[in-house]
Amino acid sequence: MYETNYHRASSVADAAATFAKGSESKFLAGGQTLLPVMKQRLASPSDVIDLSKLQELIGIEVSGDTVTIKAATPHYDVSQSDAVRKAIPALAHLASMIGDPAVRYRGTIGGSLANNDPAADYPAAVLALGATVKTNKRSISAEDFFKGLFSTALEDGEIITQVAFPVPAKAGYAKMRHPASRFALTGVFVAQTKSGDIRVAATGASQSGVMRVPAIEQALKANWSPSALDSVTISASGLLADIHGSADYRANLVKVMGQRAVAAAS
Amino acid sequence: MSTVKLTVNGRAVSVDVEDRTLLVHLLRENLNLTGTHVGCDTSQCGACVVHVDGRAVKSCTMLAGQAAGSNVTTIEGLAKGDELHPMQAAFRDNHGLQCGYCTPGMIMSAVDIVHRHGGKLDEETVRHELEGNICRCTGYHNIVKAVLDAAGRMKVAQAAE
Repeated sequence: MYETNYHRASSVADAAATFAKGSESKFLAGGQTLLPVMKQRLASPSDVIDLSKLQELIGIEVSGDTVTIKAATPHYDVSQSDAVRKAIPALAHLASMIGDPAVRYRGTIGGSLANNDPAADYPAAVLALGATVKTNKRSISAEDFFKGLFSTALEDGEIITQVAFPVPAKAGYAKMRHPASRFALTGVFVAQTKSGDIRVAATGASQSGVMRVPAIEQALKANWSPSALDSVTISASGLLADIHGSADYRANLVKVMGQRAVAAAS
Repeated sequence: MSTVKLTVNGRAVSVDVEDRTLLVHLLRENLNLTGTHVGCDTSQCGACVVHVDGRAVKSCTMLAGQAAGSNVTTIEGLAKGDELHPMQAAFRDNHGLQCGYCTPGMIMSAVDIVHRHGGKLDEETVRHELEGNICRCTGYHNIVKAVLDAAGRMKVAQAAE
């Protein structure tokens, strides 16, 4: 790792002010991606500003039809939250499948979204549930937030403070985990909103990061059941292809994980 | 350079380190606690697992500064004097180690697993929960046996307290 300056922020405002002072600052949340990348010398921030101890960024609130998860809440806490398990069980399930136990103790929802890894889990839930990402400056809809591989609508120095998820009528998540990294080779989140809309998002599949899957949404609108997807064909065009799986393989996974997600939905 | 103050195995320590220092290097190089190992250094193998404020985390994926003010327990802090922790005793009795390299991390993760699951542990759960710890001798069979054995012993020990 190259040299860097570590700062522990005392508040969100302090974090933003410290960020502005560094020549190439980075926010550090759980560090489960940033630190490995820094160790590989693929990132060399002049300053890292630690958000993980800010109490104002930690916690889960359920009120009415909204589950709000503050940005520095670790995956473990989301997976174990009785409130989340009750309101959106698929979201608690998703959090319980990220990385391994040690990673889930440190990794955070805000860090995952700000990084927007094309195979990360949370982006699928945020997009399928139509969540709102709140920052220290504004609210950003899921549609506007994700901008392709490792790219988001966040401006330089903008800090995610919380994510608000509308409670759906039903939702499910299924993923084919990469056996070593636990990232999604492909993961699909299906949601039936309380107004009857169907929203489906896939992660790990597209070259442009998380994506909606209109073909599956239409099929589920007509018939909410795994068998409704039997006749659906997902195009391999624009899908990721690497040593772990071809684009055709991932296209099939989108369908199969979609079926499993519907079967698991509650 | 920064001064990092933390508690390690019950002892308050103050260490001057470069800001880029990882927690595992503070433990090994500044405090000479070499029981915590660096295996892969890419956050995958779990040989570096220690407890930070009661949670089993990878000390190679945490800056030393992030642990300032925290309570850290390493493999050296588990035994009570000459009396092994029930997890350490179970690893010995069940031949839960071969070369021993992954063992400190395995034991620290395993203690955390038992704390979280209590008496409800079964083989499938242990195997799933040990995903973040890799044994390159592939000695998982006896590791899982040791964790299940220790879970029983820890329950008995807790009941006796």
